[in-house]
Amino acid sequence: MKLHVDWNKRHAEKRELSPESLAKVNELMTHVPEGKHKSALIRVLHLAQIEFGWLSIETMDYVAELLKIQPIEVYEVATFYTMFHLDPVGKHVFEVCRTGPCMLVGSDDIIAHLENTLNIKVGETTQDGMFTLKTAECLGACGYGPMLQCRFKNHEFLTKEKVDELIEAYRSGQFES
Amino acid sequence: MKGRKLLIEQVNIPGIETFDVYRKNGGYRSVDKAIKTMSPDDVVEEVKKSGLRGRGGAGFPTGMKWSFLAKPEGVPRYLVCNADESEPGTFKDRYLMEYLPHLLIEGMITSSYALGCNLSFIYIRGEFMWILDILEKAIAEAYAQGYLGKNIIGSGYDLDLRVMPGGGAYICGEETALIESLEGERGNPRIKPPFPAVKGLWGCPTVVNNVESIAAVVPIVNDGGDAYAQIGIGRSTGTKLISASGNLARPGVYEIDLGLSVEEFIYGDDYCRGMANGKKLKACIPGGSSVPILPHYLVSKTAIGEDRLMTYESLADGGFSSGSMLGSGGFIVFDEDQCIVRNTWNFARFYSHESCGQCSPCREGTSWMEKVLYRLENGQGNLRDIDLLAEINKKIEGNTICPLGDAAAWPVAAAIHHFREEFEWHVTNKEESQTRNFGLSKEPVSA
Repeated sequence: MKLHVDWNKRHAEKRELSPESLAKVNELMTHVPEGKHKSALIRVLHLAQIEFGWLSIETMDYVAELLKIQPIEVYEVATFYTMFHLDPVGKHVFEVCRTGPCMLVGSDDIIAHLENTLNIKVGETTQDGMFTLKTAECLGACGYGPMLQCRFKNHEFLTKEKVDELIEAYRSGQFES
Repeated sequence: MKGRKLLIEQVNIPGIETFDVYRKNGGYRSVDKAIKTMSPDDVVEEVKKSGLRGRGGAGFPTGMKWSFLAKPEGVPRYLVCNADESEPGTFKDRYLMEYLPHLLIEGMITSSYALGCNLSFIYIRGEFMWILDILEKAIAEAYAQGYLGKNIIGSGYDLDLRVMPGGGAYICGEETALIESLEGERGNPRIKPPFPAVKGLWGCPTVVNNVESIAAVVPIVNDGGDAYAQIGIGRSTGTKLISASGNLARPGVYEIDLGLSVEEFIYGDDYCRGMANGKKLKACIPGGSSVPILPHYLVSKTAIGEDRLMTYESLADGGFSSGSMLGSGGFIVFDEDQCIVRNTWNFARFYSHESCGQCSPCREGTSWMEKVLYRLENGQGNLRDIDLLAEINKKIEGNTICPLGDAAAWPVAAAIHHFREEFEWHVTNKEESQTRNFGLSKEPVSA
């Protein structure tokens, strides 16, 4: 557990969602009965994270405004769910599954190889801001491990060679993030 | 009949994810049949007759769950599909939704009709965002074809279906935590009673069913509950999707008739084709990480020497001393090189990470178990630690709001029960266990 949080790092300039995302937010609010629009919160946080990369305090306040709820209601949800990044992350976030079935087929080696290749530890971001390495608990691809997920795209049956190719592919912009 | 598939038969048909192809191959028949020729209670009756048991892990009869739904006048009821598949070892729902989205939607429409719901939800784990897109596309098609929305196929029945994502929390697979999450809250499970069937989503009566259970309603309505009940053995009726993972030659998702022998499932040509790389089987977790582990000599045979079958009853034969559970069908297989202590620690870390923190026994207990197991695995433990684990277990189980605490405690208890020597080996061979990830890899194992 992280006890010391650098709050300065969690601030960023306030930005607005794109018109497409805002339209989506309005649509989502009609999907639930009158007055129950808080239900859309997790989806809206995902939309915001997809656009901004991570959730700054300003972004969370902005989401609260959009959904007409209190900022604290957004903070308590954003801090509960592990998918939300509350600190700045790199352009591409690699989340490697480390749970049992993946471990049986070698996820430990993949994580070590990524740490060595990117020259960072789990939880860190490369100097150039390109990659953040994280581990995740079971991502539901147990039969296809070892695997990692980057922006909702699964890369499965990983080997060290495949990881090298993957890093290259992300570096050269072959995959969007 | 071998190789029968009720759910994933059509998975290889090109374009089956589109409404037109799915419809041409007999899709949405159950909706036509239910809405045009059956009353909602008739559908519930068929599901009861089928003997279908919840496919998410608990194995509670679906028809009975449905009949508990309170129906007060003037209060909406909700059906929520639990697609928060996050039990380690389980990836069947993902397969079903990714390749056959319309099967789930068809099941949702038929089931919603049976329960009298006009607004239903599919709650999908956030990591499956690309599947959410697949589902939303399929739902839009169903709206366009008149199978969703107002006055479905001219029957006067209205239904809206929405997909909602989670944010990455295992606990949201628990039905009351899922409901909290759907309401846009932290996923803290609620105290039961009141059960969701009485007071669920937004305080209204709610049924929460697993993806596979909902999909199974389609063949049940099409062919009748009796036909479905004829498949399988005893109270384990129908077919089940099994997610096979670990050190198998051919891991993946398989649909089996309940009652298939475990031996056939692991070694059969139609299924996993044995172990990967010619290794020997050491242990098996047959129902996802929350169920007890079985050592190799209890995998194919029960303690009294009967063939072990893939049924709720046979896998549980022997209780906690020599049995396990079918659970969600997350079938994880270990080869001779795997270290049980390391694996037990890994799963303990998982539960410690995923505990919502609401109940002290679970929040503190899972975290202590993780620390003690880490110590053992890394050659820093002592023999008393093994008993300490058993003691922590007793303090967790039964003392928490939801079953996550039990799910964390039981596998540790089972691992110590069956593999005590391996835990002790880590204490007596401190140096070796620090440098190697695996324990007693040279112990005798059967083919």
